[in-house]
Amino acid sequence: MTPDDRTLEAAMAGLATHAPSTLAPDVLVEVGLADRFARTDSPIGGLIVAWNGLGVSTVDTETDDATFAAAHATRTGRPTYPATSLPPRLEDAIRRRLDGDRRVRIDLDLRGHTDFERDVWAKALEIPAGEVRPYGWIAGEIGRPKAVRAVGTALGHNPVPLIVPCHRVVRTDGTIGQYSLGGPANKRTILRAEGLDPDGLEDQARGGIRFVGSDTTHIVCLPTCHHAKRITPAHRVPFRSFGAALGSGYRACLACKPASGTSLAAA
Amino acid sequence: MDTDDTLTVGLATDLDGSFEGLVLTHQDRLYSIALRVLGNPADAEEAAQDAFVRAYRALAGYDAARIRELRLRAWLATIVLNVCRSRRTRGAATRGTLSLDVALPVDAEPRTPAALGPAAVADRRAGTESWADLLLTLPTAHRVAVVLRHVDGLSYPEVAEVLGKPEGTVKAQVHRGLAQLRAAYEAAERLHPEELTA
Repeated sequence: MTPDDRTLEAAMAGLATHAPSTLAPDVLVEVGLADRFARTDSPIGGLIVAWNGLGVSTVDTETDDATFAAAHATRTGRPTYPATSLPPRLEDAIRRRLDGDRRVRIDLDLRGHTDFERDVWAKALEIPAGEVRPYGWIAGEIGRPKAVRAVGTALGHNPVPLIVPCHRVVRTDGTIGQYSLGGPANKRTILRAEGLDPDGLEDQARGGIRFVGSDTTHIVCLPTCHHAKRITPAHRVPFRSFGAALGSGYRACLACKPASGTSLAAA
Repeated sequence: MDTDDTLTVGLATDLDGSFEGLVLTHQDRLYSIALRVLGNPADAEEAAQDAFVRAYRALAGYDAARIRELRLRAWLATIVLNVCRSRRTRGAATRGTLSLDVALPVDAEPRTPAALGPAAVADRRAGTESWADLLLTLPTAHRVAVVLRHVDGLSYPEVAEVLGKPEGTVKAQVHRGLAQLRAAYEAAERLHPEELTA
């Protein structure tokens, strides 16, 4: 039988179909109007990571889906879709970053945050694994030496802890300080996982030691700088202030920039 | 004011707040166009997704007046066809597959693995699978014209706008496409009379 035009047109109209239910969520996630989230492990236990086409938007301690979705919506205004796992490349990148590899690129979606907050987080990203810097150091490095408290607040608002390593920023008196991702005990756990001894650091700080120099190079460092760690005990010279080190003829390490955040930053 | 007019006004004033509405309103269309042009559900879903992402990025760069003047149906169809075109070119180059520009006899068209999936089974039961296969045997220009006019239901002026061709040319392509479809149907019926339902 030969179909007439009407039959053919009806058959063609019948080829219009419904889009798969995954299409709209995929589009909204890709353009950054919605996020996906999944669970992953870390030294401090289960985490939830959220991301979209622009980058990672949230890292938080594990909760149930509904609690996370509500908190995320409140903070970002965006809906979320649960996923069974992180995209393999993102999972791998986060793993490598947590292992201390700073070269691996992880795009971040930090829309809705101030330039000041972004500056603070970008600076925190420069701190190598296994090292810490005081809040004042960040304030000095971003050109806002008096904004030490604001730096602490910005780090507390870091939506992507661990990836932006705010755990590597400690109080100016050398104590470990607060941590947004589940409290200060987690901060110590993460620092320990990176090879630091938080108790030892605090003991040293309580003893008034803020800087460490080498009497062979006459270079002074922050105590956790990788250059400071290489100084043998026989040549290790502790200082209570950066001024004292300068006064003894030491110059600042170019890697850890110990003068930043001190009153002698310009020296 | 129809849905698209409401949409363009919304998109012009609040792109992020209105974009989901655009996706939900037009996703079945763009997916159907891509599916009937490309022939494969996975490719079609990717093409439709890509088209919406391109649309969003374009809208983000347009000023409000330009967005308000958009004819969304034709504009989105143009974008998804561009995506399909670049995918087909790239796919043919990398996979060394036959170009769909060549009209194949029905029984020479290779069956895609997707033809075995549950959606395909449901399609076959509904008789749409056979028509979809027949449509894929048409030369691309004719197939695209038939898809826009009769699958998507665009008017001839809209099809002409999408394809950037005079309305007369477009009408001729649709008519020729339907004639080829009829011939393909008759050829297929002679080979496999039990599989086709008109």
